[in-house]
Amino acid sequence: MSDNTNNRRISYRAALHDGLREALQQDPRVFLLGEDVGRYGGTYAVSRGLLDEFGPERIRDTPLSELAFVGIGIGAALGGMRPIVEVMTVNFSLLALDQIINTAAIYHHMSGGQFSVPLVIRMSTGAGRQVAAQHSNSFEGWYAHIPGIKILAPATIEDARYILAAALADPDPVLLFEHAALYNVEGELPANETVDIKSAKVRRKGTDVTLITYGGSLPKALQAAEAMAQDNISAEVLDLRVLRPLDTEAIVASVRKCHRAVVIDEGWRSGSLSAEVMARIMEQAFFDLDAPVARVCAEEVPIPYARHLEEAALPQPEKIVAAVKALLGERA
Amino acid sequence: MIEFKLPSLGADMDEGTLLEWLVKPGDEVKKGQIVAIVDTSKAAVDVECWQEGTVAGLLVAPQQKVPVGTVLALLLEAGESAADADKYKCEMLAKFSELAQPAAVAPVVAAAPAPTAVPLKKSALAGRRLITPVARKRALELNLDLDIVTGSGPRGAVTLEDVEQAVTKLAQGAAAPNNKQADRQADRQAEMRKAIAAAMSRSKREIPHYYLAEPIPMARALAWLAQENIQRPMAERLLPAVLLLKAVAQALRKYPELNGFYRDGAFQQAVRVNPGVAVSLRQGGLLAPALLDADRKNLAMLMQELGNLVKRTRTGSLKSSELSEATITVTNLGDQGVESVFGVIYPPQVALVGFGRIIDKAWVEGGQVKVQPIVVASLAADHRVSDGHRGALFLAELREQLQQPEALEKISDTNQESEPP
Amino acid sequence: MTENEVQQIALSVLASIAPEVDGEQLQADQPLRKQVDLDSMDWLNFLLGLNEKLRVEIPEADYVRLVTLNDVVKYLVAKLP
Repeated sequence: MSDNTNNRRISYRAALHDGLREALQQDPRVFLLGEDVGRYGGTYAVSRGLLDEFGPERIRDTPLSELAFVGIGIGAALGGMRPIVEVMTVNFSLLALDQIINTAAIYHHMSGGQFSVPLVIRMSTGAGRQVAAQHSNSFEGWYAHIPGIKILAPATIEDARYILAAALADPDPVLLFEHAALYNVEGELPANETVDIKSAKVRRKGTDVTLITYGGSLPKALQAAEAMAQDNISAEVLDLRVLRPLDTEAIVASVRKCHRAVVIDEGWRSGSLSAEVMARIMEQAFFDLDAPVARVCAEEVPIPYARHLEEAALPQPEKIVAAVKALLGERA
Repeated sequence: MIEFKLPSLGADMDEGTLLEWLVKPGDEVKKGQIVAIVDTSKAAVDVECWQEGTVAGLLVAPQQKVPVGTVLALLLEAGESAADADKYKCEMLAKFSELAQPAAVAPVVAAAPAPTAVPLKKSALAGRRLITPVARKRALELNLDLDIVTGSGPRGAVTLEDVEQAVTKLAQGAAAPNNKQADRQADRQAEMRKAIAAAMSRSKREIPHYYLAEPIPMARALAWLAQENIQRPMAERLLPAVLLLKAVAQALRKYPELNGFYRDGAFQQAVRVNPGVAVSLRQGGLLAPALLDADRKNLAMLMQELGNLVKRTRTGSLKSSELSEATITVTNLGDQGVESVFGVIYPPQVALVGFGRIIDKAWVEGGQVKVQPIVVASLAADHRVSDGHRGALFLAELREQLQQPEALEKISDTNQESEPP
Repeated sequence: MTENEVQQIALSVLASIAPEVDGEQLQADQPLRKQVDLDSMDWLNFLLGLNEKLRVEIPEADYVRLVTLNDVVKYLVAKLP
């Protein structure tokens, strides 16, 4: 893979790779560790070629022991390094929960502000690739529950390319969720060279309804918006990008404009991020609503293996369109 | 806590549309006060409240159609506070959620076959019109009366767009409302037709009618009336119809089995004598509002009330008690020129008295043929409650009453009451 | 007051009782109650209205003479105070 030039068409995977490579080039304190990140080139091939370029000191293969190597990452961060830990998928991050939640997220507080943990943990998330129930979870909403960490969900080529730099610049632990269905998505890389990790972004402007989503559901929301445009329904698509802290202002601004909202979240609905978004709308934009807030989430079942069942279990553009039309009443 | 419920204003009414509240929270309500105007399918009716209290809350908004028995408002009894009303409302809602099926979320107003049994569930649902928060806010900004806005949103909710459109329409001026009024008139007529169809079908389906008729000489009554009217100023002159009504009311006191209701398989005799007077409406259809306590009023009072009743029937401002409390119906088709009429009983009443035109006829009396004004009185009665023999005696009594017109003028309260002789 | 004026007043009183009546269509020399659906209460109200407007007392005994609109007008004009 070559150096990027602006405005070229690349894949989400290549954009992540370029961002990672740039970080390794620019800061000698940055190093990558995780399962199969070196010789194998990464389970999703994001770190392919980096071992050759940066050597085994900075691209470190680890045993299958999430608890241990996330702990190593925390220790290194405390010691002044800028580690990037790749936990292959969110499913395996459950093994490292204690390190992430009880150590990384809390250390600044427990040390009375003496220590920061400038750690970045990357992992894939989501379903849609027929890898069955144990490999198809979307737990980013869970992580967004925890104070002390930031949760990012890059969903565009631009974010995939530049969000790592912003994450590394943050003094606290940042978890980066890469939706597995996005790696092969290709798109234009805009000229912009920085992105923030504070704001949600409007990915499509509209006036009738706000589709609030993030990560792997963003392309589905955009598809739904396109389909609805045929029926004269103008949908705005808001990409949350940052799941913690949530950009409540952007959510409220869009809802104030469109007066209707549908939250699309691949997580299960009960106690979910979608629930949190809806709650904030109720708290801050209730009097601007022209319909109850609706949501499209994964069905509350373990994600099935069979393709048709898996598709049925996940948010899909048709489900989004149906949810919007239900909000529009006779107008739809 | 007093529940003010939508009364049944006739056997054919199982729901009504609240048109207007005449009271607001905090108002004191006296017994018999008119508190709301309700559109039955037949007419706009002034609904009276028969209990005293302070209005705590209005649970149904204008333009809402709700089943008979729905709690329209809560009234505080002496010593109760607003907090009691809130608590009561919560309890009502709680009871409702116990009753409600998970699927039955939408406020679907269904026909209520047994109005007294179910209405709680429905009333809680119907209690609130759906208006989205932003629509409500916008309406407030525009000072727009939300009652005139039709909802198009989910579950019929009034949306922002509905409000904006209503304002545009209002701004566009008054050309449209005329059409709307005409439409409403047509709707009203169609609805009334339906209501009459329902009541009359039920009558003929359920009530085994028997019919009797009796020609009644009217010479004495009319002569007396003419004498009376000479002495009276024009505005106080009596119509023969008043004599007939009073005679019916008097006769009913002797034959109470014709005065009352057949409900739940049994006859309930009415305490009061409230003949419903069939009044045809100029645009078609008819109503039979009650002339309350006709047996206890003198002719002048009855005449005044009859005139008033006919006028209000035609202008659509009847009181709920007048529509719901008729104990028998009297129809007088004589003005249309027919000689006799055999009516269809208005359920749950058990009898109907009909009068034809007063016609001069050859009449044999004391072996001599004389020309006499004659009216044919008929009785349609419910055979489940009375028999032809008693019906015949009733008509005979009616005939006798009309031979003593001067007695009809009296307020004969003493017949049945235990007053000193 | 001319017959014409009295007729106009009579028609306006009639219209207040039976709004559907079209004055143009009414045949003044034909029985009124055959053309307009007036029951005895309406008829009484019609006469009362005339009495109020024109202050003409109409004894009940005279009712039989008032058959057509022309009859009514002639009767009233003759008795105008």
